[in-house]
Amino acid sequence: MGRMISILVVALAVVFGVNWFLDSFIDTYVVRVVNLCGISIILAVSLNVINGLCGQFSLGHAGFMAIGAYVSAYFTTTLRYFDEAQAKYVSVEPLLGGQWGFVPALIAGGLAAAVAGAVVGIPTLRLKGDYLAIATLGFGEIVTIMITNFEKIGGANGLPGLPAYSSTFWIYAFVVVVVMFSWYLQRSTFGRALIAIRENELAAEVMGIPASRMKVMAFIYGAFFAGIAGGLLGHLLQTISPATFNFMKSIEVVVMLVLGGLGSMTGAIVGAIVLTALPEALRDVESGIGLPGVRMVVYSLVLILLMIFRPQGVFGQKELSLKLLGRLIPGRRAKDSGGEE
Amino acid sequence: MSTLLATENLTIRFGGLTAVDGFCLKLHEGELFGLIGPNGAGKTTVFNMLTGVYLPSDGTVHCDGCLVNGMNPVQVARLGVSRTFQNIRLFDELSVLENAMTGAHQHSRINLFDSLFRTPRHYREEKRQRDIAYRLLEFMGLEDRAGLAAKQLPYGHRRKLEIARALATEPKLICLDEPAAGMNTGEKAELSALIRKIRDELKITVLLIEHDMKLVMGICERIQVLDYGKTIALGTPKEIQNDPKVIEAYLGGE
Repeated sequence: MGRMISILVVALAVVFGVNWFLDSFIDTYVVRVVNLCGISIILAVSLNVINGLCGQFSLGHAGFMAIGAYVSAYFTTTLRYFDEAQAKYVSVEPLLGGQWGFVPALIAGGLAAAVAGAVVGIPTLRLKGDYLAIATLGFGEIVTIMITNFEKIGGANGLPGLPAYSSTFWIYAFVVVVVMFSWYLQRSTFGRALIAIRENELAAEVMGIPASRMKVMAFIYGAFFAGIAGGLLGHLLQTISPATFNFMKSIEVVVMLVLGGLGSMTGAIVGAIVLTALPEALRDVESGIGLPGVRMVVYSLVLILLMIFRPQGVFGQKELSLKLLGRLIPGRRAKDSGGEE
Repeated sequence: MSTLLATENLTIRFGGLTAVDGFCLKLHEGELFGLIGPNGAGKTTVFNMLTGVYLPSDGTVHCDGCLVNGMNPVQVARLGVSRTFQNIRLFDELSVLENAMTGAHQHSRINLFDSLFRTPRHYREEKRQRDIAYRLLEFMGLEDRAGLAAKQLPYGHRRKLEIARALATEPKLICLDEPAAGMNTGEKAELSALIRKIRDELKITVLLIEHDMKLVMGICERIQVLDYGKTIALGTPKEIQNDPKVIEAYLGGE
């Protein structure tokens, strides 16, 4: 625990420094992309616990994000809506106004998403494979449709005027937290139990691992951080609408995982960065050759080629480590030591 | 000698097929008991009912005074019944050591937050599981392979790892489903010594399904023979070898 706190303190100090550096010297467009990368990392790493470690194919991540985004916005944002009874616009002051309310609001969003994760998880986790994917997809759709029909939070028009609290510091602080927790989870008796369920559910149960309970736990864990990521995204974009959290968002996160290698946390991080930054990087290429729209073609091509030549993803189930890097550098093959596993 | 496991009139039907019919078994504590029979006799189905994988259509299973019918595999494991599988079911992506450690998971008393926040309880638990797993890998002669992924193990070692993993649940009864299948003569001899050691040193009752008659006759104290879901004989190896019904079941009658 002592070691964990020191890692956390150092990491947060680094994040603080990076935040200062980006804000002072780098243009806001790049900072925006860096921030979006951070949110993608939180999403991919948390979904990796459900889809990668536990092997439960969930397509409901956008739904959990939406819950997190709207619940946290409810605590930080002045709501304005047309009141039928009074026949005029009314505004409701936020419960947790100001910068200091941001983190509690995010955590409230995460908790609400976690509760939704439990409510969805308990009945649907009896389903396997494609059936679970369809059920979770349905859950995501239900959430967006409910928001669309809920006028007090903006309905289909979305909710504007979220305060811009999502700084690089806060986003990457949560990246540090989710990465650290997920790493610790993976390397604990619970992580082994989740992998055992993925590898052979019957054998896991016969060994006394309560598969259903562990699956619900993985779902709650993933949903909590998806909710946090939703809240961060909301306070970055400053306007949220049901369309932000449609099922394409869920697919996007799954693609990040598959690209990096399902079951590898470092793979999820790399997948998240590549898939968030690549379309932006290709924007320059596009304007360079003067062919608008070509970046999405290149983007799709990259994905198709990857799936043909490396269907297990860039890292497979391996974790990126100094050891693995050492092995990639020719000539060092024989005497690679050092580095954590 | 007290009774550890008792089944009465255990029956299971799959549609019109009665796979196991009126199976009665009395297993004494500390016994090495063999369950044999031709292919398709229903031996593995009996194991599946004993470990909560299948719900019997009729009859009861009592283990250590508790009624096992209706329990799920997790509850049966808690009760102290562990097993291996005829078609090996290891966790391929985990290492050999981690496979054995998963067996010790059920006795862990920590919660998720201990692991996420790396409390001292987490480290104690990891050490406990690692110690148990190492001890059992040593017991099965796999300690040199601890760091390999389970999928890298050769066949004979995979069978042994399954036994080590089952032993890590600290069971009172271990059910071995054809542990010698696919092994050569040398490996079989080693395995029969190991099975005897499980009973003698770890004091665990063993229920064994096996097709290799030499192995079964060599180590089991009592043997029960199943054919088409029905018990046709029960007795010591010597009695079984001379039982005309058993000979008929295996070699075919007139």
